[in-house]
Amino acid sequence: MKARLTYGWSVLTTPAAPAPAVGGLRRRRLAGLALLAAFLVAACLASIAVGAKAIPLEGVWHALFTPTGTEDDIVVRSLRMPRTLLGALAGGALGLAGALIQGHTRNPLADPGLLGVNNGAAFFVVIGIYAFGVTNLYGYVWFAFAGALVASVAVFVLGSVGRGGPTPVTLALAGAAVSALLAALTSAVVLIDVQTLDAYRFWAVGSLAGREVEIAGQVQWFLLAGALIGLASAPALNALSLGDDVARSLGHSVRRTRTMGVVAITLLAGSATAACGPIAFVGLVVPHIVRSFTGPDYRWLLPASALAGSTLLLAADVIGRVVVRPGELQVGIVLALIGGPFFVWLVRRRKMVAI
Amino acid sequence: MAVLEKTPQRVPGRPALRTRGVSLVWRPRYVLVLTIGIAVLVLGMAANIGRGEYPISIPDVLAVLMGGGDSGQQFIILELRLPRSLTGALVGGALAVAGAITQSIARNPLASPDMIGLTTGASAAAVFVIVLGGGFGTVGGFLASAGLPMAALVGGLTTAFLIYGLAWRRGVQGFRLVLVGIGLQAMLMAIVHWLLVVAEVFEAARAYVWLNGSLNARGWEHVVPVSVALALLLPAAFLLAHVLGALQYGDDTARGLGVPVNRARSLLLLVAVGLASVATASAGPIAFVALVAPQIAQRLVGGARPPIGMSLVVGAALTVISDVVARTAFGATELPVGIVTAVLGAPYLLYLLARYGREARA
Amino acid sequence: MTPLTKTDAAAAETTTAVRLRAEHVRLAYGERTVVDGLDLDVVAGTITAVIGPNGCGKSTLLRALGRLLKPTAGQVLLDGKRIDKMPTREVAKILGLLPQAPTAPEGLTVADLVARGRHPHQAWYRQWSADDEEAVAQALEWTGIVDLAERPVDELSGGQRQRAWISMALAQGTDLLLLDEPTTFLDLAHQVDVLELVRRLHQEADRTVVMVLHDLNLAARYADRLIAMRDGRIVAAGEPAEVVTESMLAEVFGLAARVITDPVAGTPLVVPIGGHAQSS
Repeated sequence: MKARLTYGWSVLTTPAAPAPAVGGLRRRRLAGLALLAAFLVAACLASIAVGAKAIPLEGVWHALFTPTGTEDDIVVRSLRMPRTLLGALAGGALGLAGALIQGHTRNPLADPGLLGVNNGAAFFVVIGIYAFGVTNLYGYVWFAFAGALVASVAVFVLGSVGRGGPTPVTLALAGAAVSALLAALTSAVVLIDVQTLDAYRFWAVGSLAGREVEIAGQVQWFLLAGALIGLASAPALNALSLGDDVARSLGHSVRRTRTMGVVAITLLAGSATAACGPIAFVGLVVPHIVRSFTGPDYRWLLPASALAGSTLLLAADVIGRVVVRPGELQVGIVLALIGGPFFVWLVRRRKMVAI
Repeated sequence: MAVLEKTPQRVPGRPALRTRGVSLVWRPRYVLVLTIGIAVLVLGMAANIGRGEYPISIPDVLAVLMGGGDSGQQFIILELRLPRSLTGALVGGALAVAGAITQSIARNPLASPDMIGLTTGASAAAVFVIVLGGGFGTVGGFLASAGLPMAALVGGLTTAFLIYGLAWRRGVQGFRLVLVGIGLQAMLMAIVHWLLVVAEVFEAARAYVWLNGSLNARGWEHVVPVSVALALLLPAAFLLAHVLGALQYGDDTARGLGVPVNRARSLLLLVAVGLASVATASAGPIAFVALVAPQIAQRLVGGARPPIGMSLVVGAALTVISDVVARTAFGATELPVGIVTAVLGAPYLLYLLARYGREARA
Repeated sequence: MTPLTKTDAAAAETTTAVRLRAEHVRLAYGERTVVDGLDLDVVAGTITAVIGPNGCGKSTLLRALGRLLKPTAGQVLLDGKRIDKMPTREVAKILGLLPQAPTAPEGLTVADLVARGRHPHQAWYRQWSADDEEAVAQALEWTGIVDLAERPVDELSGGQRQRAWISMALAQGTDLLLLDEPTTFLDLAHQVDVLELVRRLHQEADRTVVMVLHDLNLAARYADRLIAMRDGRIVAAGEPAEVVTESMLAEVFGLAARVITDPVAGTPLVVPIGGHAQSS
């Protein structure tokens, strides 16, 4: 698929800003954001209220604001709230990372995992289990995060070989290569030692269950840093979507923007994966859903993706808790089972951007 | 077969091989490389067969394969070890041809049958059978009784048709196919993950081995289905190869040349799907062979697209050699062959990166 | 298979025959109708050039004539038979098409590219017959690129590449040739080169050519017949001297211009005045 650059048609425009006369677009975006925020609140409430034991809304209110140590209060405060918080954070991080990577690679199929984050995390977790005997979630977090970092640095470095720095294609290829290698190595270790497999397979699914509030605490600062860097890069990303040359002529440093982008994506996706295990689909699907009312302007797209990602993850978690009561279906599985058909529907219904 | 034309070539660079109504372009480089490739393949298979608890040297292996050798060696080789190597070679060859077709149609060196979710469907069905072993209602029972390879085949083909059907909307466009494939693939992987979690640990281990593409315990019962599929589909691939060349030029030009583009493409894709499905059903998804082998073949032979025959040989050789490595690299543990092909394949992607990354391709 | 030169008798027989005809065709992409109610005759042994502003439907028309686009109403007839009812292969032996900006796979040599033009005459077991070789050799000689035969197509200049593509269409051995913007992206010298080649094809090899051109002056110079389109309809058709008038330019292109006689070729020459004329 060659991109033919026809020189001689230079398009000098300002970065995608809402046309001033079209107040309707701005209103629509604001309304969209407000709606998403409302959905998120609803999802949070549902996440707190729903579970093996359904807690009515007054009970939720009571536990949140006037706790008196009742059983419901304890369930809410020590189980559901941390879980909801983690879900919101991780979902938002993944949504945001997804929008960022789709913008940086100019590929509507990109997923934060493209940078090797998931496979890197998995490999290091497996090493942790096999070589260091780590078996608890807290231990996993650090290994996973380290793995995510190492993988994405490797991808970034390999993708930057040669002048010009990383381009969408080189990043994608480097990501695929590194991911494949890491996956193979992970499989090798896991097959050598059955106990490692036994521990690993539960982490590999992606779940919010059993994670106490400290887990979120371990990653929160990285996550926030990533979110700030990511959101701040929105104007530059807008320029970048017009093409590297145009972005440069508008005064942006393409190399620096890409670097910041990769840093942000790694921090965000790495944190989410470290805390919850690999979760697919949020990063891929959310930007597409959200783009239908934000348009391609990243200043709106990024926050909307974060909100939508949080909502989606929480909703999936709630569904997972309800569908096989009193058991639970892990959120990673619910997302794929629902996300898959939904994505296919999306593809059929709309004209998606041709690759 | 033919008499080389004695009349002077009128078109430089295209000598002809002609006989009574049949004609071909004579490409000496192709023939030479193909011969060497076959030699490498045979040696690789001999090496693979020779390894085991009772090592047999390569000359002895070759002797037995030719019909000689002592009866003890004959038994070990022909009954126990040959099926495994043969399966590996056939599966690798089938995958490579499927990859060659897919890459030629997509005009993209990164295209591969795995990308459209084929192998995930087969994987999901196979893991289903391994883990649930038929105790999951009528669907599971049917699959289990049909045997693992059959289940995988059914799973792969069903997924392929499902993807095609879902992507169809007044015709199929390439990118929609890929997108639907991704959606379905993620769903199926989730099912696989769930099954892995729900399973007993030894079932999970068995499933994991299969998922990485394994030639363990492959006997003659595996060789036969792949051989039959190859016997049916390979000739079809060769017949259609001429049209495949014309399809390289873009739809408009191809139609102008008299190629029924949609029909030809559908047939070719069908062949590719068939080959990839049967291969995956027999040995699990072996990573990268379908991606790498056609490209290697193309570089060795030259030309504008991955050549079908050479891809077959390269794919077979690659798989067999990887199997040798997988069996011996870690001492006592035998790794699935897919792990080795992945470890070899990743640097190949990086090489592609170094070569093509600089151009404005997306 | 058509030899490159025809005998006089055969030439006389085909001079007035209508080879390609569009009858009341409507062409649409999805919901968007581009051409409606269009009638067109292409007479054997002529060079027809289709001109018009961007988006007028000229490429769409050519695609319909070349069986790449099915009309939603009306029909296209090749030698009196409906073109969509004929097998693709049969059409390819009579009608050759060169699309806009054609793509060839990487690593292809010129000889391979031109040889591919023989596809309609080949089968899986007959991939390089003596006839094929003869046709390709002649095509290469005709376009003057024999010495480029073993070079990769990617390494050629724009003009050389276009000649290679025309050579391919030539090797196909068809009576009719449809060329979609064969001169876009070429510099002036190469544009003239290609059009001179087309003229030779017409005069010495008696091919019928229909081409879409964006350059009015070159179209007026090299075509026997000009067809001016606007908004999916034919506004004017006939000899260049009849068609290229100041009023036509204003109506079709919205261009204020003077039309003088080309001092070299004697055909109409358009000299723009500048600014937009109102279309009537």
